Amino acid sequence: METAKARPIECRLMVIGAGMAGMAAALFAARRGISTVQAGLTGETLYASGLFDLYGVSHGNTRELIDDPWQGLKQLEQNHPEHPLCRVSTHQIRSAIDLVTDFLGDAGHPYTGYPNKNARLITPVGTIKRTFRVPETMWAGVQALEEKAPCLIVDIQGLRGFSAMQILSTLKPSWPDLKSASIDLPWENRLGPKYAEHIARGLEVEAARRELADAIRPHLEQVKYVGLPAILGIHDSEGVRRDLKQMLGRPVFEIPTMPPAISGIRLKEAFENHLPPRGVQSFYHHTVHTIHRRANGRFVLELGRTEPETTVEADNVLLATGRFLGKGLVAERQGIREALMNLPVCQPENRSCWHRQQFLDPKGHAINLAGLEVDDRFRPIDPDGKVVYENLFAAGSILAHQDWIRTKSGTGIAVATAFGAIEAMAGSGC
Amino acid sequence: MDKELETQVLIIGGGATGTGLARDLALRGVRCILVEKKDINAGASGGNHGLLHSGARYISSDPAAARECCDEGAIIKRLAPQCVEDTGGIFVAVKGDDENYIADFAGRCGRCGIAATAVDLGDALEIESCLSPDIIAAFAVEDASIDPFKLSLDNLAQAGNYGTSHLLHHKVVGFDKHGGHIDSVRFLDLRHGGMVRVRADQIVNATGSWAGEVAAMAGARINMVYSQGTLIITQMRLGERVINRLRKAADADILVPAGTVSIFGTTSKRIDSPDQCRPTTAEIDAMIVDGMAMVPKLADTRYIRAYAGVRPLVRSGNASDDRAVSRGYSLLDHEPDGLENFITITGGKLTTYRLMAEKTADLVCRRLGNSNPCRTAIDPLPASNEARYTEPGFTPKMWFKQKDPSDLLLCECEMVPTSVFNEIAAFLTHNGHRPGLREMGQRSRVGKGPCQGSFCSLRMAAHMYNEGMLRGGEGVGELKDFLNERWRGMQPLLWGPAVSQAELQEALHCGLLGLDVCETA
Repeated sequence: METAKARPIECRLMVIGAGMAGMAAALFAARRGISTVQAGLTGETLYASGLFDLYGVSHGNTRELIDDPWQGLKQLEQNHPEHPLCRVSTHQIRSAIDLVTDFLGDAGHPYTGYPNKNARLITPVGTIKRTFRVPETMWAGVQALEEKAPCLIVDIQGLRGFSAMQILSTLKPSWPDLKSASIDLPWENRLGPKYAEHIARGLEVEAARRELADAIRPHLEQVKYVGLPAILGIHDSEGVRRDLKQMLGRPVFEIPTMPPAISGIRLKEAFENHLPPRGVQSFYHHTVHTIHRRANGRFVLELGRTEPETTVEADNVLLATGRFLGKGLVAERQGIREALMNLPVCQPENRSCWHRQQFLDPKGHAINLAGLEVDDRFRPIDPDGKVVYENLFAAGSILAHQDWIRTKSGTGIAVATAFGAIEAMAGSGC
Repeated sequence: MDKELETQVLIIGGGATGTGLARDLALRGVRCILVEKKDINAGASGGNHGLLHSGARYISSDPAAARECCDEGAIIKRLAPQCVEDTGGIFVAVKGDDENYIADFAGRCGRCGIAATAVDLGDALEIESCLSPDIIAAFAVEDASIDPFKLSLDNLAQAGNYGTSHLLHHKVVGFDKHGGHIDSVRFLDLRHGGMVRVRADQIVNATGSWAGEVAAMAGARINMVYSQGTLIITQMRLGERVINRLRKAADADILVPAGTVSIFGTTSKRIDSPDQCRPTTAEIDAMIVDGMAMVPKLADTRYIRAYAGVRPLVRSGNASDDRAVSRGYSLLDHEPDGLENFITITGGKLTTYRLMAEKTADLVCRRLGNSNPCRTAIDPLPASNEARYTEPGFTPKMWFKQKDPSDLLLCECEMVPTSVFNEIAAFLTHNGHRPGLREMGQRSRVGKGPCQGSFCSLRMAAHMYNEGMLRGGEGVGELKDFLNERWRGMQPLLWGPAVSQAELQEALHCGLLGLDVCETA
């Protein structure tokens, strides 16, 4: 097959993957003036909660809720030094998180949080979720919960899987001053299901916000805060929230919703629109079709949508292809393999050991600890501990010895390891 | 005692036999109460192939059972057509299968009265394109596919119309005896706590694999062995007919189409207690490797769910292989054990459930002095409203036809709308049961599509709060219970794209919603 006729693009770094780790890595690299090409599918980000978890529940067989993530990480380093978060310093993790949240703030989605404490916020099933950095649109909810203040939870008829009554009933014993209301979308006469994205795009228009405020106003008696499902705009969520706050005369906050949610759409669009202007040459919705390494060590990659369209020659490659959902890892009946280069994968002995008998077993599933093992500079190593290629790096959820879901540390691992990998690469002179 | 009930016949066990017996007795004018520990068909009646046997599978191991299957299969096809998809069946042998068995097959079928017609190999491959090109023999038989849930729900619905009531989630905890006479049986209400005492003239133990445990509680002994059979459901239907391996009954040799999916099985694994029943990765891996010889596609097709049932086998001799223990049923009159009004019916097969119910009802009626004849071999089984939603493809058709945009879908994979949910909930409430997510899954297709309940569980829970079906903090427990139950069937099938789906589910239910740690405010 004749492919990629044009001259190859030359760069110092090729980032493979466009999830949180890949985006963060591209951002960090561009900031350091490293010529960067990025390719990958951004689809998985659509499932992101929008919350920046760092370390909310302890790693290992006993799960403890963590108040101060920095204290928690100190413990982690003692008990599980192999954990990827232990390969970066506290200082580096802070920088990584600040750089990404500043970037998102500039893109219209500011984040906030405590310096040394996890924030707690309510979920649509009435449980409590711990996270480190919270979208500004959700922050008033953290305060309302902390104060157990008189609060109105509103749901939208037709927006399935989000019931104000469910949240209220579940939380009421410990939060007696909760009220609930269920409202019809004033500007929407169409029957049928309502979707968060559709509502959010509608609310970017001021008239719609006014109608929504009018519908909520009759329920405001003795209410200090108003909680809504996450529907407050896609591109300028902070502006929508401020406006609605002013109309209702009290703080308004969003509560995460089940997929399809807008939190992921916001992130996806923010990265897709604001990262390329920072100097990242991006090929979103393209995947890497072939990759090989020249005798001189340079990588040659062919990118494209359905077929190869572009050739890239890179001094270094960073693999941030994610796990199974992101297609970085493939689980076959006979074992787990790395999808692109067949790198060695650290994994349980056989398929019988992958998952526990109870889905919600607090100990977690062994398959989630599988992944790539790396050295201190985030370079994949083989079972003997030998670096596979000195100019190949890996970051994010594809790394072994972490369970980002159970330890509530998804974004933390993604951005911290991306930061560590880029620093290592930049420092190596490769 | 919180509640006292009285009836002529108490049936313990809500599987195919118990519900079939409830209907048989109701049609003879006998008053009954049926009590079930979990939900309808929670044991082997729900954990089987859904195969209406022609009998050809048993011609060598158990010719009597083969004949019974042949007769009963014909009756069910005629009288309960709503529960049956009359697919027909085919037996195929592949290279390496026992030539002598193949040569004797048609003759043996004939001696049991079972029709088996040789099929030209080219024709066989044409009518069933999923078959291996390596087949060396093929015979057509009269197998069919049956929906065991619809069957039991229909039986129970008709019994209900004649005044039979039933209790779900009530577990036997004791028998009150006077000499050799059981006066009453005590049950624990597993959902709400509290005890129920049921007084009855006759007591039938139709608890399938748990028959030994229940009989022991009453003071009778049954020597049972437990053989687990594991089955897996494909995402797409493979084959038009029931496909059987033409060899002595072994593992991994039947593929049964069921609407839009197919069910592949099974295994025979000895377990110590029926409560240990659970499909394992080892069984499934072995089954797929074995089944590929007959249907190569089994190697790379996507599976959506695994489940297992326990064959309740009553041991008489010293058979070493569980498949050699009779698959016929056991009707045990416990009078010799000194219990004058206690009967056990166990063993058998789904195909012969009606006959088992008839023979049991005959004995019960003899003791009650009721001489009304059995009607179930003559009267059609009416299709009930409450059972119609178990059928794949039924709710989407109905939903598209009604075109009511305000009737929101709660399960998008299988397209189950809010109105169906509410209707099933109303039936449950009407019968005195609390509607829950698992009960919904049993009576409709919710949670049975590719998402295996990840998303629909959340939509249903929210809806249930809005309708007042869930209160206080019940929702979290309800979700956890439903998800863990679905997981039983997913976990051994997790490879390929299913692992990605499981990862997404875990990210949602544990990562975001924290159902693994359940922190409260």
